[in-house]
Amino acid sequence: MKSLAELAAIREKMQSKIVLRENQQGKRVVVGMATCGIAAGARPVLNAFVEEVNKAGLLDTTVTQTGCIGICQYEPVVEVFEEGKDKVTYVKMTAEKAKRVVEEHLKGGKVVTEYTIGAGAATK
Amino acid sequence: MKELSLNILDIAQNSLAAGASRVEIALREDASGRLTLTIRDNGRGMDEETVRRVTDPFYTTRTTRKVGLGLPLLKLAAEQTGGTMEIISSQTPPAGTTVTAVFDTAHIDFTPLGDIVSTVCNLIQGSPSVDFLFTHETPRGSVELSTAEMREMLGDVPLDSYEVLAWVRDYLNEQYAQWS
Ligand SMILES: Nc1ncnc2c1ncn2[C@@H]1O[C@H](COP(=O)(O)OP(=O)(O)OP(=O)(O)O)[C@@H](O)[C@H]1O
Ligand SMILES: [Mg+2]
Repeated sequence: MKSLAELAAIREKMQSKIVLRENQQGKRVVVGMATCGIAAGARPVLNAFVEEVNKAGLLDTTVTQTGCIGICQYEPVVEVFEEGKDKVTYVKMTAEKAKRVVEEHLKGGKVVTEYTIGAGAATK
Repeated sequence: MKELSLNILDIAQNSLAAGASRVEIALREDASGRLTLTIRDNGRGMDEETVRRVTDPFYTTRTTRKVGLGLPLLKLAAEQTGGTMEIISSQTPPAGTTVTAVFDTAHIDFTPLGDIVSTVCNLIQGSPSVDFLFTHETPRGSVELSTAEMREMLGDVPLDSYEVLAWVRDYLNEQYAQWS
């Protein structure tokens, strides 16, 4: 049976990691979670980013949520911010596409152009 | 919305947008299949005009403000089962908003609850410093999670840490599994 007491163990284990996280200036993934985004399937996309970023061990990457990004027809929309670089906007995202973005962009540093706004993904 | 849990996620986002530091989500099912959803927050509240606008489709105002979709969608989901939605809100201290929706789960147009565990995880992930109290009571059993209680155990470990979110998911899934 899981219990609140287990959180104390997590606390022990986490102490070192927190310091690491605070010191990083990494990438920020922002998933649009307004009504339009949620209705279009933003939740599995958000869940996939949270899972895959952790699996890939990307301690310098944070996943956050935001309201309406203003391009409802392209939802689910995901933006990636990185210090000193242009914002990348991914549109019509799915959990599968999220996996690829984590692998190629967040881990590999190469933008998955075909999922960005203006590319093929926007007309699919 | 395909799942009621997605409406709940969406309506709770309104509470967060209103600056709430505490959000209670309660689901209560009785033996007759009546489900009452309550989302209560201590955010800044809304004025009467906004309350009317989001609950009454025939109400128009002189001011042209952006029309949202979230509350009308929840209202529709409740009313299509023969149920109701009601909003009580105050902008004067103690400010806050309570949204209550009643559903008939036996009705053919009832939207299934779906992945409510994800909803709780998504909310904590998005707003780790907010106090969420989630309760789900049914004649079969009940589930409860309080992030304020979790925080007491976790100290300064953020609630959006992956390990903590994974714990929340397992903890809730385990409680739900006991019903069946
Ligand atoms: N809990 C709340 N506290 C304060 N104001 C609220 C709350 N819920 C709703 N409101 C007000 O009512 C409006 C309508 O909410 P609704 O969810 O229907 O649409 P929205 O959030 O504006 O847009 P969206 O379509 O993305 O949901 C909000 O813009 C906000 O001003
Ligand atoms: Mg809303």
